[in-house]
Amino acid sequence: MRVAVVMFPGTNCEHDVAYALAELGAEPELVWHRETDLDGFDGVVLPGGFAHGDYLRTGAIARFSPVMGAVERHAAAGTPVLGICNGFQILCEAGLLPGAMVANRDLRFICRPVHLRVESTDSMLTRAARVGQVLRLPLNSYEGNYIAPAADLVRLESQGRVMLRYCDAAGVADEATNPNGSTNSIAGIANEQGNVAALMPHPERAAEEVLGSVDGRVILESFVASMVREPAPA
Amino acid sequence: MSGSEPAHRQLGMTDDEYDSVVEILGREPRPAELAMYSVMWSEHCSYKSSRAWLGRFPTEAPWVVVGPGENAGVVDLGDGWLAALRIESHNHPSFVEPYQGAATGVGGILRDVFTMGARPVAVWDPLRFGPLSVARNRYLLSGVVSGIAGYGNAVGVPTLGGELEFADCYSANPLVNVMALGLLKREQLVLRAASGDGNVAVLLGSSTGRDGIGGASILASASFDEESGAKRPSVQVGDPFEEKKLIEACLELYQRGLVVGIQDLGAAGISCATSESAAGGGMGMDVDLDAVHLRELDMTPGEILMSESQERMLAIVKPGDLDDVLALAEKWEIAASAIGHVNPSKQLRVFHHGELVAEVPAASLSDDAPLYRRPAARPSYLDRVWQVDEPLPAGVDMGDTLLHLLADPALGDPSWIYEQYDHQLFLNTVVGPGNDGSLMRIKGTRKGLAVSTDGNALLCYLDPRRGSARLVYEAALNVAVTGARPYAVVDNLNFGNPEKPDVMWQFLETVEGMAEACEVLGVPVIGGNVSFYNETDGEDIYPSPVVGMLGFCDPMPESPPRLDRAEAGMEVWLIGPEDHDDFAASAYTRVILGHRRGRPLAPDPAMAVAVIDAAATLASTVPVLHDVSSGGVAVALAEICIESDVGVELANGDWRCLLSESPHRFLAVVPPGGLPDLGDVPARRIGTMGGDFIDFDRHGDVTVARAATAWRNALRGQFG
Repeated sequence: MRVAVVMFPGTNCEHDVAYALAELGAEPELVWHRETDLDGFDGVVLPGGFAHGDYLRTGAIARFSPVMGAVERHAAAGTPVLGICNGFQILCEAGLLPGAMVANRDLRFICRPVHLRVESTDSMLTRAARVGQVLRLPLNSYEGNYIAPAADLVRLESQGRVMLRYCDAAGVADEATNPNGSTNSIAGIANEQGNVAALMPHPERAAEEVLGSVDGRVILESFVASMVREPAPA
Repeated sequence: MSGSEPAHRQLGMTDDEYDSVVEILGREPRPAELAMYSVMWSEHCSYKSSRAWLGRFPTEAPWVVVGPGENAGVVDLGDGWLAALRIESHNHPSFVEPYQGAATGVGGILRDVFTMGARPVAVWDPLRFGPLSVARNRYLLSGVVSGIAGYGNAVGVPTLGGELEFADCYSANPLVNVMALGLLKREQLVLRAASGDGNVAVLLGSSTGRDGIGGASILASASFDEESGAKRPSVQVGDPFEEKKLIEACLELYQRGLVVGIQDLGAAGISCATSESAAGGGMGMDVDLDAVHLRELDMTPGEILMSESQERMLAIVKPGDLDDVLALAEKWEIAASAIGHVNPSKQLRVFHHGELVAEVPAASLSDDAPLYRRPAARPSYLDRVWQVDEPLPAGVDMGDTLLHLLADPALGDPSWIYEQYDHQLFLNTVVGPGNDGSLMRIKGTRKGLAVSTDGNALLCYLDPRRGSARLVYEAALNVAVTGARPYAVVDNLNFGNPEKPDVMWQFLETVEGMAEACEVLGVPVIGGNVSFYNETDGEDIYPSPVVGMLGFCDPMPESPPRLDRAEAGMEVWLIGPEDHDDFAASAYTRVILGHRRGRPLAPDPAMAVAVIDAAATLASTVPVLHDVSSGGVAVALAEICIESDVGVELANGDWRCLLSESPHRFLAVVPPGGLPDLGDVPARRIGTMGGDFIDFDRHGDVTVARAATAWRNALRGQFG
């Protein structure tokens, strides 16, 4: 399964994502943002980092990168498209996912492990997980505070498209266990088809015992398991 | 600065130094030439007050590939792997503008490392500030941390740790040191020498502007006074996005073998990079300033030469490779200009608008720099501070004392700082910040690298030779408790005004103490930095050497010791020499008794070696090892209890053993009967893990929960 790991100038998690996916048996390839053709790839990852320096607004310039046309075609064709951290922000800016990210509630960068509760398994982000399962993954962001218009939030919640919510070790999701002020403690969402999904924490940083947690594997395994041969972008 | 002063004095140059320039050139210097000499001969660039003494450090070992003098030291890790290490200071810029000062410090140190061909993989930031009770100090700390986070996170290099101390002397002169580690394969190693007649010098990266002009001479090499705010235009502004692209572009240049030599542009900008490149290869260079991509149109030749605009590199390439280099730069979206040609003349000639504006012997800018053996004299304060009149109390309530110690910002939980830094990128971090040393794996191998940065300026103030030697031993013990053996040292020597004999004496004693300890450990010094003139309104900082210790292990322990692995029922052992009631510079006397006096105990070199060896050996089997340092056994044990969320019951003993800071000691927490024989290294069992209390027997107790609250709020509580 060939996975395009897209690099924008300023992206920095591309090697980590490729390493973790390769450990799971996928075939990741780094793709520069000026590429306009992603034919032959079974999945696409937009990894974390600071695409275009996060200048202007996080993800705002990246959505205009040449590669995004091909990403949109793959998304429409049902190819799994995974956004992690900065990739989540870019997918929002590109309109492939609803809402946007603003600065964390405390106006400070947060790099620490957080707990996530699996809310739904109906996406390529979580299909290998169990509803109610609590995962521990590293968060690493300044703009991880999810916001969306009320109508979008209602749709997200009523259609079961909130995949992951910040919580504590016991699975309680409330203001006290919300690390960054994210609306409804939202940490990961999917589109209506379930093939475009994103999360703020970094599953690739929790995929090996030696790094302290293997909880991220279930996310990456869900993504890998969702890829099928012969996606046919229009 | 007054307009009536001669130009060379306005540029920070003495009359004697000016006369030397006239002698070298055989004429009065042109304005651009004077600008170049003033910066290259500054204390910051030339080490003119220190370099006569730096030869004292041991610098050789079979595993040293590149020693001091290049952009970074390089050591061999076997199987073709090399590590590059470098430390720097950005003290004065960070006081004038904390965010940008700290940010550009990170940017500069990274360039030093990837200039060697290495990918920078981690950064550490040792910091010193005045007390947080002063609002401006909180602003400085907060700004510096934001600057490190803002730059380091965005440039994509994790910050794995650092350390923090507070003292009044840093209120008007904080210290912001930064150390970076890079990894490379042997064939990627690049040096800066510009050999090859006809080769082209290509300036890569940001455009050149007026920012940072005179940063090295005006900011870094002079003392501060109340007008320091006016120096703000001398602080550079960083752009981590540009640097990230530059890193990737340079790494690809090396990988494709497209560069002959490369040099980063730091202090003194183009003048430094071109002259050092040319002189390093025994060559000369013609430089055309009209080819430099500029941010502003009407810059003078002197400004272009001296600008310290960030995120720039000077690559020396073969003429036939120039098109490939320019195409590669275009791919990574960085600017590139061919600005010079290498020739055999040994002269650096600079042209602007077709006119020759500078012509100097390339090597003279570095090789002919002044060298000062400034007078040194033992300071009179020592006799006063060695005198301690107050006897220690007969007994203390250890529960209460511990709470006060844990609530001290220098001893409390530093996570408020390191949680603002990405410390996990690259998936190498096995033991992260908040432990004695950080431990990183090298993917695809069984090798591990442990790193610790350490300083104990108060100890060095009370006795620079003993203090600095103990510093080296402590740093070595910090990497040993993660399972690594001490392998190489870099040092950052932060001192006051070297023109004062007191300060010069502190400096010489420190060099001697560190050199002795490095010799005992067999650890080479592979690089360093000297930061003088850390003085404001006549007040010098404490002598503040900072040691960056690189440890190496192969294989790395499968589950290295961590503070959070203690469990109820495990035994607590104190390993190392008998306690010697050493309270000089201790947290107890500073925080509880409110004084900073006493004479530190001399280190015991043979014991230090044996203890470090024991720790590195134990690390492969023992769940928890923790260096005993600031706050003594009590604080070290409390940190284990808090991180592991389990109490401890201590055997009865003298309370002073719980708080004294005798060197060469560490704690081991092991399953019952789990401590192997340590030969000649003393070990005694002091307690058992379990319960909800840190129980000091007849000296009192406190719950782990209360201790944790005090510890967690110590720093975080200052910032809300």
